[in-house]
Amino acid sequence: MEGSGIWRGLVVTLKRFVMTYVDDIVWWGKKYYTKEGIQRRMSIDARGIFTVQYPEEKVPVPEEFRFIPFLIYEENELGEKKDRCTSCGICAKVCPPQCIWIVRTNDPETSRPIPEPAEFYIDVDICMNCGFCAEYCPFDAIKMDHDYELSVYDRHTKNIYNKARLSKPLTYYAEIRPTNYEREEAARAEAEAAKAARKVKSE
Amino acid sequence: MSEQTILLPVEIEKIDQFVNRFPGEVEPEDRKGFEGYIVKAGSLLNISRALRDEFGYDYLSSVTAVDYLPENSMEVVYHIYRSVGGPALEFKVKVSREEPVVSSLVPVYPGADFQEREVYDMFGILFEGHPDLRRILMWEGFQGYPLRKDWREAYFEEEGKPFKSRWPDGHVSRSEDNNLFGGNLDFPTNFDPETWTGEHDALLLDSLTRSKKADGTPAVHSDTVIVNMGPQHPSTHGVFRVLVALEGETIVALKPVMGYLHRNHEKIGERNTFLQNMPFTDRLDYLSSMSNNFGYALAVEKLMGIKPPERADYLRVIMAEFTRISNHIFAIGMFLNDLGAFFTPMLYAIQERELILDIFEAVSGSRMMCNYFRFGGVARDLPAGVYEKIRDLVNERLPRRIDEIDEYLTESEIVRSRTEGVGVLTPDQAIAYSEAGPVLRASGVPYDIRRADPYSIYDRFDFDVAVRYHGDTYDRYLIRIDEVRQSLRILQQAVRDIPEGPIQEGKPQYQVRVPAGEAYGRVEGPKGELGFYVVSNGKPNPWRYHVRAPSFVNLNAFEAICVGNKIADVVAILGSVDIVLGETDR
Repeated sequence: MEGSGIWRGLVVTLKRFVMTYVDDIVWWGKKYYTKEGIQRRMSIDARGIFTVQYPEEKVPVPEEFRFIPFLIYEENELGEKKDRCTSCGICAKVCPPQCIWIVRTNDPETSRPIPEPAEFYIDVDICMNCGFCAEYCPFDAIKMDHDYELSVYDRHTKNIYNKARLSKPLTYYAEIRPTNYEREEAARAEAEAAKAARKVKSE
Repeated sequence: MSEQTILLPVEIEKIDQFVNRFPGEVEPEDRKGFEGYIVKAGSLLNISRALRDEFGYDYLSSVTAVDYLPENSMEVVYHIYRSVGGPALEFKVKVSREEPVVSSLVPVYPGADFQEREVYDMFGILFEGHPDLRRILMWEGFQGYPLRKDWREAYFEEEGKPFKSRWPDGHVSRSEDNNLFGGNLDFPTNFDPETWTGEHDALLLDSLTRSKKADGTPAVHSDTVIVNMGPQHPSTHGVFRVLVALEGETIVALKPVMGYLHRNHEKIGERNTFLQNMPFTDRLDYLSSMSNNFGYALAVEKLMGIKPPERADYLRVIMAEFTRISNHIFAIGMFLNDLGAFFTPMLYAIQERELILDIFEAVSGSRMMCNYFRFGGVARDLPAGVYEKIRDLVNERLPRRIDEIDEYLTESEIVRSRTEGVGVLTPDQAIAYSEAGPVLRASGVPYDIRRADPYSIYDRFDFDVAVRYHGDTYDRYLIRIDEVRQSLRILQQAVRDIPEGPIQEGKPQYQVRVPAGEAYGRVEGPKGELGFYVVSNGKPNPWRYHVRAPSFVNLNAFEAICVGNKIADVVAILGSVDIVLGETDR
C-alpha cells in the first residue's frame, strides 16, 4: 500500500520517543546528572534518549584516553621534586609534528650532559595527541593527560607549555591511569631488582 | 564487466609472456626491491590497450609518479587489476625532469582522468591527449610542482624529521612568528599579486563548456544556466564545489572542484619518518581512521617483510570492520540528511556509532584519530572489559539496530521515490572510471579486495561480497546496509576465534629499518580501495609516499552519474557516493 513504508518508519520513531519516557520511569531520579545515569546512556542496553548535557554532565574518559602530554616528577619524603625525564630526546625525535623542544642540562664545569632537562616545551597548538612520546619513552617520564578542557583566550602567549606547566606528580598519574601505573611500577621494580642482583654478582 | 574479461583467462604471471608480446618495448624491473615492468614511453598507449583487451586488466587502480632527483628522472607508476580478481600488474614509464611528457591513458582507462591531473599538478608531468589537463588540487597560477623533491614548502625547516633544532638545544620558537612567508614566497615571472584576478574560473568554465554529449555535439549552449554549488554548501560534506550546467532543471555538464582542504599530505609524509606517518593517516578519511592505519601498516610491512602475530591480526580485522560499520551507518545517516530527513536518521546512526567509538577510545585512546596500528602489530591489547563489550555489541545490539534502520528507511516511499532510478552507473562505466568500494559493487561488479586479493587474515572468514545490480542511488544506499551485515558476520567470527598471545612482532621500535624498495598496500576501506604506495631508499624517511584515496578516485564518475538527472539529485547522488574531503584533497 502506498505510504505504508512511511508509516512503518514513523512507528520506529514513535517507539524511540516512548522508550525515552519508559526508561525515565524505570530509572526514576537516577538517569540524569548521575554517574550511573550517564553509564546507562552509554551502555549497550541504552534506549530512548542518549545525549549527555555537557558541561553539566561529563562522559567519563577511559584509562587509555590521551590528550596533551605531561611530565612526571617524583616527590620524596622531604618534598624534593625529581623529574623522571633524563632529556634523552626520544620523545622529541619520535614526535610527528615536532612540537617538543628540549634543552639538555650540561655540567658547568665538565660541560658533560646531566640527565635532566633544563627546559622542556610543548607547543600544544601543534601537538596532535598521537601519544607516541608516552609510548616510546623508556623512563615512563612523559605520559598523556586526561584533562581536555584547555581553551584559552590568547593562544599566542598561553599555548606553549613550559616545564613548570607540564610537570605533574606521580600520584596524579597513578590516579588517572591506575592499571598502567601498576604494570609499569612492577616492571620498574623488577628491573631494579635485576640490576641489584647483577651488582651483587659482579662484586 | 565486459565479455572479454570473462573469455580471456590468459595468465601473464610469467614474465616471458608479457615481455615477448611486446619485444623491445617492455622490460622487467631489475632494481632490488622493485617489481613490475618498465614500459617505453612511446608504446604506453598500445601496451595498455593490449593489457586491457587481451590480458583482461580492465581496472586501473592507481596512477602516480616518483621523482628520482639524484638520477635526474621521474617515473609514472601505474597499478592495474582484473575486475575478476587477482594481484596487481605494475608498470612504469620513465620521463626526464626537464621535458616530462607521457601519453594520457584516459582513452583506455577513463578513470585515469583525475589521477593524471593530480600527477600533472604535483609533478608537472604533461599527459598528451588528456581531454582536460588542468590543476586539480592547487590553483591555477600556483608556482612550482609541490611533490618534486626540490620544491620546498612555506615554513620549510629541514628535508626530513626529526629536526635538529628540537634537541638537545631546543629553544622553542613558533614557526608562525619567525617566518611570515619570509623568502619562501615565489611568484611566476611578471606576476603582480596586487593586480591579479585569477584565471582559474575562466579555465573551469571553459572546461565545462567543452563537455560533449554522447553524439559529440556540445553539451552546453548559450541558453543553459550555470549553477555554482559550494564550496560552502552544507550538503557537500565539507568544502567541495560543483559547477553544474543546466538546461531547465536537467544537468547537461558538471565539473567537480576540489583542493580546498589540500595540505600536501604526501609531502608531509615524505618529511616524516615511517612511523610518524601513522597518526597522519588518521586524518585522511577521518571517519575511518583504523582502515587508513591498516593500509599504511600493510604497505610498510610488505617492505620490511614482517607479519604481525595472530592476535594482532584479529584485533586489526575487528577494528577495521567496526570502522566499516561506523562509516556506513554514518554515511546512511548523512545521506538521509541530504534527502531532507533532517537529523533523525542521522542521530539514530550516530548513537550506534558512538558505541563503536567508545570501544575505539578505550582501546586506542582516541575516538577518531585512533593511531592504533604499528608495524608488525598494534599499539596495545584490549583493556579489561572491552572484549565483553565488543562481544555484546556485535552479537546483540548492532544486528538489532541495523534491522531497525533498515525497517525505518528502506521501504519509505520518500526515500524510494527520491533515489530509485536516479544517478545510474552501469557496470562497464564503473570499471572504466576506476570506481571502488560500495559504488562499484552497487553497480553489479562483485569486486571486494577482501576476496579478490585477500590481505591480512580475511581468507579465514566466511562472508559474502555484497552486490547490487541497478547501480542507482537506492542501490548505493542498500549496499551499505548489506555490507554492515556482512561486517557483523566477520566480527562475530573474529570475536569468537580471537586467540590469546602477543600483539606485537618483536620489540616496539620508534625508528624502524625499512629496506630500499617499493610496496603498494591496499585495503578495502569503507569507501573503496585505499592504497598506499611507498618507496623507500633505506633512509629513515620514505622517499615517496602516495595515497590512492577512494573518495578522490570515485569522483571520476561523478559527472557521468549526474548528467541527465535533475539538479536537486546532485545532492542525493553525492551523498550516495560518500566522499570525505580530508581524503579527497589530502
